[in-house]
Amino acid sequence: MNLPTYSTVIGVLIVLLSGTALAQHEGHNMSESMAMPEDYSSPPAPVPEGQSIRKYAIDDEGTGATNFGVAPVHDNMLFYTFRADRFEYRSFDDGEVLLWDVQGWIGRDYNKLYFESEGEYSLDEDSFESVQTELLYGRAISSFWDFRAGLRYDFEPSPERAFAVVGVQGLAPQWFEVDANLYLSEDGDLSFGMEAEYDILLTQRLVLQPRMELEIAAQDVEEYGTYAGFTGVELGLRLRYEISRKFAPYIGVSWESALGETANRIENSGGDPDTASLVAGIRFWF
Amino acid sequence: MEKINRRQFVGRLGAGVFVTSLGGLLPRPLWAASGKPVGDLLKLTPQSRYDLNIAYQPFYLNGKKERIQATAINGTVPGPLVHLREGDEVTLNVTNSLIDTEHSSIHWHGLIVPYQMDGVPGVSFAGIPAGETFEYKFKLVQSGTYWYHSHSAFQEQTGTYGPLVIEPRGGDPIRADRDYTVMLSDWTSDGPDAAFRNVTMNDGYYNYQQRTVGDLFKDFKERGIQDTVADRLAWGKMRMSPVDLADITGADYTYLMNGNAPDDNWTALFNPGETVRLRFINGAAMSTFDVRIPGLDMKVVMVDGKAVKPVDIHEFRISVAETYDVLVRPKKDQPFTIFAESLDRSGYARGSLSPQMGLSAAVPELRPRPVRTLEDIGMGGMGSMGDMKMGAKMDHSSMGDGGMKASSSKQMTPDIPGPIGPEPFTPEDNVNAAMIVMNPKDRVSEPGIGLGEDGWKVLTYSDLVNAEGQPYSPNVDREMTINITGNMERYMFSFDGKKFSQHPGPYNFRHNERLRLWLVNHTMMEHPIHLHGMWMQIENGQPHDSIPYKHTILVKPGEKISALITPIEKGDWAFHCHLLYHMDAGMFQVVRVS
Repeated sequence: MNLPTYSTVIGVLIVLLSGTALAQHEGHNMSESMAMPEDYSSPPAPVPEGQSIRKYAIDDEGTGATNFGVAPVHDNMLFYTFRADRFEYRSFDDGEVLLWDVQGWIGRDYNKLYFESEGEYSLDEDSFESVQTELLYGRAISSFWDFRAGLRYDFEPSPERAFAVVGVQGLAPQWFEVDANLYLSEDGDLSFGMEAEYDILLTQRLVLQPRMELEIAAQDVEEYGTYAGFTGVELGLRLRYEISRKFAPYIGVSWESALGETANRIENSGGDPDTASLVAGIRFWF
Repeated sequence: MEKINRRQFVGRLGAGVFVTSLGGLLPRPLWAASGKPVGDLLKLTPQSRYDLNIAYQPFYLNGKKERIQATAINGTVPGPLVHLREGDEVTLNVTNSLIDTEHSSIHWHGLIVPYQMDGVPGVSFAGIPAGETFEYKFKLVQSGTYWYHSHSAFQEQTGTYGPLVIEPRGGDPIRADRDYTVMLSDWTSDGPDAAFRNVTMNDGYYNYQQRTVGDLFKDFKERGIQDTVADRLAWGKMRMSPVDLADITGADYTYLMNGNAPDDNWTALFNPGETVRLRFINGAAMSTFDVRIPGLDMKVVMVDGKAVKPVDIHEFRISVAETYDVLVRPKKDQPFTIFAESLDRSGYARGSLSPQMGLSAAVPELRPRPVRTLEDIGMGGMGSMGDMKMGAKMDHSSMGDGGMKASSSKQMTPDIPGPIGPEPFTPEDNVNAAMIVMNPKDRVSEPGIGLGEDGWKVLTYSDLVNAEGQPYSPNVDREMTINITGNMERYMFSFDGKKFSQHPGPYNFRHNERLRLWLVNHTMMEHPIHLHGMWMQIENGQPHDSIPYKHTILVKPGEKISALITPIEKGDWAFHCHLLYHMDAGMFQVVRVS
């Protein structure tokens, strides 16, 4: 992977984002610039189609600033957060790994910029097995769904690879947290990945969470050992205790397996296509 | 509107009297002191001028200093009792001593004043910058029980509120031997900014009464598996929780009565046989209370500052910003508990009515938190797999089934064939409106979620009969619909599917027109909707001459309710949900009267 590609896409994203910010800013100015004297002598005229009318009374001080220069409410606040959905130690037959699955975002109700990272560090081999990062622009498109697009860059497995990403994140009916994305690699390979989580409240603080991850490839990519069709699945079950909403240690089990031709190839080469792990970790956000 | 400089102001202060108890730990105003005769309004004389200074003040709960500072008024939470007389020209000097704030303000809730005196930064004036004083000056054209609070940022949540009582010019027609103000409120230990962020990030952050696996099996047993599954699927389809009753709960809040935590047991004294007037004011930021005094009947005589025909009840729901004046007549020589449960049953404010200090009666158990049904939120027709079609036609003919009001309007307003009813609503995008109620219901005679099952009389809006006369004719000039919308999951709240910043302009009212305003609640929560600067007379089934005045209407989930309004003061007025975080999340609009 060449870094220039990555930075170009980031550049494009930044332009897109600032464009959105600019549009909002212009909207704000529009209401301000429409200041005019008001005498309340006659009933309000109907608003012409497609034209906005002034929103505020004039400033008594005569400074010309409508809205008196202050906003009555702050309904488009900028928030940012960082959350680790999974930050865990995994133990299985052949070894131990540390896994992270984190997300941070900054933005407002409609527009957000996401940073995500997911990966595994092998404690036996003292090396990273996978390191995946994503930088995405997200836009609220319906009550419960955000459309997201951006770039993914895998530092591991090597050689490094860049992908373009489009997908959705949101809350599906029946309370399933879903993240589903299409990936187009720099080599033109198309794949699809989705994650779904569900919270089962055993008590107000003890929560059992089934979790599913599924990967599909559109074509064979021998270099990375993935073949067209279903390539992998992971099923997990975690039991967490919410000491607070923001901090919850958990234990659980996870079973992952290669699928289809991808699995066949692993078996043919004498490998084991599936792994069952015990996991222990913390889920936190701030 | 002269500005007073700081030095002048300091000279005028001095009147900041407050009592401290617990070794100076608890700054509570004199009027709210337990068992002190000074708390009795009958022993106080109205003033025509008050100096109010808003400043940071450490706040103590149960003897421990809170991490969050109070934005107190004259050093106390709640602020001073502003005691005025009808007809007076009053001067209220408000100083913002919160040095790090953009602005502060005081809004006189429920008072009819010129819009420049209404105290909403960004709507009626620029706010009061730090270190400056604003002189509010207006003539009082009304009497009754009201309150005042900051309309800036989250100051109201941290203590910038107080009671306001206006004595009628010709003496009070409501006779009582004692007259106490009971101000309910909520104190956040997390702090308002953190609390607002927490619910924005995770809408169930403070809800520790969610449905668990245990509840599922209980429902299987009680309702049958099929019904239970159908019900769960219907709620799951909407991605809403039937036990989503309050955004901020007792998990964070301490509920206060006149600034006192439940264990402080604020106490009002009486002699057996006396008639005691209790002026309940809900000055909370986010909490609706259900109030009762076990062992005593209550007679409601005034609502939102306006006299009503006395109604005998045992319990009433008081939404944020409402006021209810009740008379009680304890005959026995024993204490009684004034019990104000939060709507979600996660906590309570509590005090005592007692023949002497130091006594207290049993404190009732909190009732189980209620569970909303699909019927409760106006989604009754959904069934298990029912669909929420957006384009379904409204049945206008069935809209006027509100009984009396429909037929009487029909007869008396030949121009308008009865109430037309709310306009159908289709939002521009559904990011802001997670739910559309196709067939909103008349709920004016329902006591509300979690009430009415206890075997005692609970007040409803339909019980309210205006006792102050009706100056307006029943002819309605115009109807208008405002939809109450929101998306709990994203913590976005709005009118007509638009946050304040998304609306292209204000709602226009015409000066002196007679307007029928329909409010339709497309959310699954109650919203106390407050209109500044003019009265709303809710069409509650009473004859037109008797429909009651309100400044704040608690609109139930899935409800349609209409109010008649005559805008008598020109200018720009705030119109908003009085749940502080809903307002700040966008459920706010400007109404222009011109």
